[in-house]
Amino acid sequence: MSNSNPSTLSVSSAAAVPPSGGAAAKKRAMLKAVDPGPARSAAGSLGQRVGGNWMVLSLFCLLLFLALWQRYSTVGNEKFPSPVVVAEHAWYFLSDPFYDNGPNDQGIGYLVGFSLGRLAVGFLAGSVVAVFLGVVLGLNRTLFKALNPYIQVLRAISPIAWMPLLLYTVQNSGWTALLVVFMASMWPTLANTAFGVNNIKKEYLNVAAILQMPTLAKVFRVILPGAGPAIVAGLRISMGSAWVAIVPAEALLGSLGLGYFVWNEWNNLGIANVIFAILLIGAVGVMLDMLFNRLAKSLAYTD
Amino acid sequence: MKMPLLKVEGVSKYFQDPRSKNEFCVFSDLSLSVKEKEFVAVLGHSGCGKSTLLNIIAGIEKSNGGVVFLDGRQTVKPGLDRMVVFQNFALMPWLSVQGNIRLAVKAAYPEWDKAAINRRVEKYVEMVNLTEARNKKPAELSGGMRQRVGLARAFSVNPRIMLLDEPFAQIDALTRGVIQQELVRMWEDTGITIFMVTHDVDEAILLSDRVLLMTPGPGATLAEEITIPFSRPRTRDRLVEDPAFFKLRDRIVAFLGHRQAA
Repeated sequence: MSNSNPSTLSVSSAAAVPPSGGAAAKKRAMLKAVDPGPARSAAGSLGQRVGGNWMVLSLFCLLLFLALWQRYSTVGNEKFPSPVVVAEHAWYFLSDPFYDNGPNDQGIGYLVGFSLGRLAVGFLAGSVVAVFLGVVLGLNRTLFKALNPYIQVLRAISPIAWMPLLLYTVQNSGWTALLVVFMASMWPTLANTAFGVNNIKKEYLNVAAILQMPTLAKVFRVILPGAGPAIVAGLRISMGSAWVAIVPAEALLGSLGLGYFVWNEWNNLGIANVIFAILLIGAVGVMLDMLFNRLAKSLAYTD
Repeated sequence: MKMPLLKVEGVSKYFQDPRSKNEFCVFSDLSLSVKEKEFVAVLGHSGCGKSTLLNIIAGIEKSNGGVVFLDGRQTVKPGLDRMVVFQNFALMPWLSVQGNIRLAVKAAYPEWDKAAINRRVEKYVEMVNLTEARNKKPAELSGGMRQRVGLARAFSVNPRIMLLDEPFAQIDALTRGVIQQELVRMWEDTGITIFMVTHDVDEAILLSDRVLLMTPGPGATLAEEITIPFSRPRTRDRLVEDPAFFKLRDRIVAFLGHRQAA
């Protein structure tokens, strides 16, 4: 399987490997379209290979990290908050996550909610557009070849780089934040969908042709399920990059959310709170990724 | 005389070698006809172009000339009137046994309500004895069971003709005999015409009314037509007791072998 599929795709998730085996060589050109998966997934598959000891090792790394951190905060830089101090701050925020003292002082639960809401709207819109375009490009090789260079250029641009232009154009920071998430959500899903659709086995399309399925039925009953694993792999990467993009977007735009919280605490020199927010951003990101892992499992199939 | 159900007239197929750019002829000016309710097999070596012929009749491959008529009408694209049973099953791996059959029933009868579709699906799941496995995915089934799904899917839309492309080639020998009998039973029960291509001499004799022998390609032709004289119901056991079976078998093998050597 591994040599007939883009290695970058199998890194992103085991379930992400598109089902079609052969026909790989002529699709080489498309391989570039596939985004490398997030590093944490690669670490995950490494863990599976070494058996049960990974938990011990993992715990050891955590303890080592905390010990080094503790040491740095006691003898290195005494102003740097120690793990215990950060834990106290974390407890302070987490024990009362939903309070509302006006627009600039709201519970951390609300802040996470704002960020997730922004993510959901931008991501959903971006994904719908990306899957639609991906199916169109995946079914039409000429169109794919024609547009692929532009897609490559567009996806190389950090969504944050669009921000000034978006802000200048739409004149509204709320919409700009959503559009940044939208842009961040587009490219991996688009590329993976086109790849997955293009790699659907000819025989499935033959069956659809013999059954005289109308185009929409063919798309929803054959093409999308067939490309499902590849699409979800793309969505998963997209979700990761959208979550990565949302923090600077909120910070720069001053849109209430986790990114705003980080920047605000930095301005207050509340370093312990900054560290807490960093950890929280990471934790939420992992949970989002786990959701997609489940989705990937439910859509995976074996030939 | 009654019009044949399927009529293939002067069909040709050329392939271009991607490297040398030379065109070579898979077959040219090939004609055959199949009567209503008949079971016809095209028998030939692997690579003689018989699957290509079947795909052209199905409409999933283009010919380079010639016409295919079904019920006297020229066929131009694939359709529900010509259901194919594929050698490699071609089941949707993300759908269960029921799901695969439902996909076909839904496509064939878009006006039916859910209950009617379910009844139809259930009937054909039962017909191929897969009721217990109805919720399993193709990957969880043996080759024999998968092809049962393939057959049920094809029969469930009640086509005018079934096109069987080496349907039992990937099924182990023990199961093959059972499914072959099931196919004959379904053919007799439904009265649906069957056109099959195969390279298995015994299978062709056991199942069909008429066997068309195809010479090896390139430039394959349908060289001889043999009407199978054995009365039905046929069983493998009964056939092997009949000296006429071996005579016929030897004749076919000699024919194909001779042509192969030439």
